[in-house]
Amino acid sequence: MLKNRIIPCLDVKNGRVVKGINFVDLKDAGDPVEQAKIYSDGGADEICFLDITASNENRDTIYEVVEKTSKKCFVPLTVGGGIRSIEDINKLLNCGADKVSINTAAVQNSKVVIDSSKKFGSQCIVVAIDAKQNGKNWEIFTHGGRNNTSIDAIEYAKKMEECGAGELLVTSMDRDGTQVGYDIELMSKISSKVNIPVIASGGVGNLDHLVEGIKLGKASAVLAASIFHYGKYSIKEAKEYLDSKGIPVRI
Amino acid sequence: MNVTIVDYKSGNISSVINSFKEVAQNKVKIEVTSDLNKIKSSDKVVLPGQGSFKSCIDALNTINGLVETLNDFAIKNKKPLLGICVGLQMFADVGYEETETKGLGWIPGKVTKIDNQKGKYKLPHIGWNEINIMKDSKILKDIKDKSHMYFVHSYEFVPNDKNAILATTNYSSNHVCAVEIENIFGTQFHPEKSDKIGLKVIDNFINL
Repeated sequence: MLKNRIIPCLDVKNGRVVKGINFVDLKDAGDPVEQAKIYSDGGADEICFLDITASNENRDTIYEVVEKTSKKCFVPLTVGGGIRSIEDINKLLNCGADKVSINTAAVQNSKVVIDSSKKFGSQCIVVAIDAKQNGKNWEIFTHGGRNNTSIDAIEYAKKMEECGAGELLVTSMDRDGTQVGYDIELMSKISSKVNIPVIASGGVGNLDHLVEGIKLGKASAVLAASIFHYGKYSIKEAKEYLDSKGIPVRI
Repeated sequence: MNVTIVDYKSGNISSVINSFKEVAQNKVKIEVTSDLNKIKSSDKVVLPGQGSFKSCIDALNTINGLVETLNDFAIKNKKPLLGICVGLQMFADVGYEETETKGLGWIPGKVTKIDNQKGKYKLPHIGWNEINIMKDSKILKDIKDKSHMYFVHSYEFVPNDKNAILATTNYSSNHVCAVEIENIFGTQFHPEKSDKIGLKVIDNFINL
């Protein structure tokens, strides 16, 4: 039986982890490689890096981070943030990323998704959807949640599947950072609409939220950042909890 | 000893390279090349594969003499070869991804799309799934039945001869996830992404 995945996400800025794990025995709390290794040793099903480097001159730092991590972690590695072109994707994959997550560029030009999934295979193309509720609908936001595009998130999800996305990483902008739980309605609406796996993101504050994301949100995988970063829960605890609730996980 | 990972410019093989180098350390030489002479003289060959069946076959055919060299290596000289993901699928006679495409024909059978049962199962089959070991093999040495491996695929290999099957995995139905015929081995899952248990499969291949 296919297991539901738990994916810890690390925000990386200028090659350093922002909001890292506060483990006392950590030699360098800002080192993404070391943090990713802790997660993979702890049973993370995949690792996700979100590059939030703002300035262009420091953008190359992520390549070095990916290269080092892929030599130490032997679980899938997804990298997102600032990916604009086929060339960006090519560089990340060559450095050892297994998948890339495309956000703003996919909204601006869906051809990036069509071309990259043809060139590299759908298995490595994740489209990240940042959505915010507006009345009965959800709308797509780009540029890290700053720009409203007024595009309907559910329709967009379907379109991205048709363009060749292998997975969708859906983040609720209303919930992100609030720790009150995923936007279950958004997740289940998108998951029911498409035939590709959906990764739920945004709003996790406790382990029940992970359970809800899978059971009610129909997500194939759950992504979380802060509950793991601050050592509130370990990956192992999260998996054991999901297992106790009857959710199939890899233990 | 040296192990050659065939680099035929199809998909991303960095993870395969990293994992083999991790397992080999400095004891075994890992070459990454499309140089026919190097492939010929190597002890073992790894054939990775990402993207579609057609794109991988097309990429193999783009390099003049590569298919012939692989045929000599695996069929004529019977040296150990490991196919990973589409690398395994290409062992078949024919694949149906994109369009009907002739495979290498090493293990009689075909590659068809996983039945998603009218949308009940999402495709690709992505994530960790248990493998059901059907018979003993050197390549699955010390791997327990029901171990988890990482999968990413929408198509499955259906061999004519069920004796070729080493292991299956269940997604929509039981499908083949590891094969062996004499010196030819293949895994549908990605040992390079399956953590320590996957590295063990790689170790087993290196130590055949």
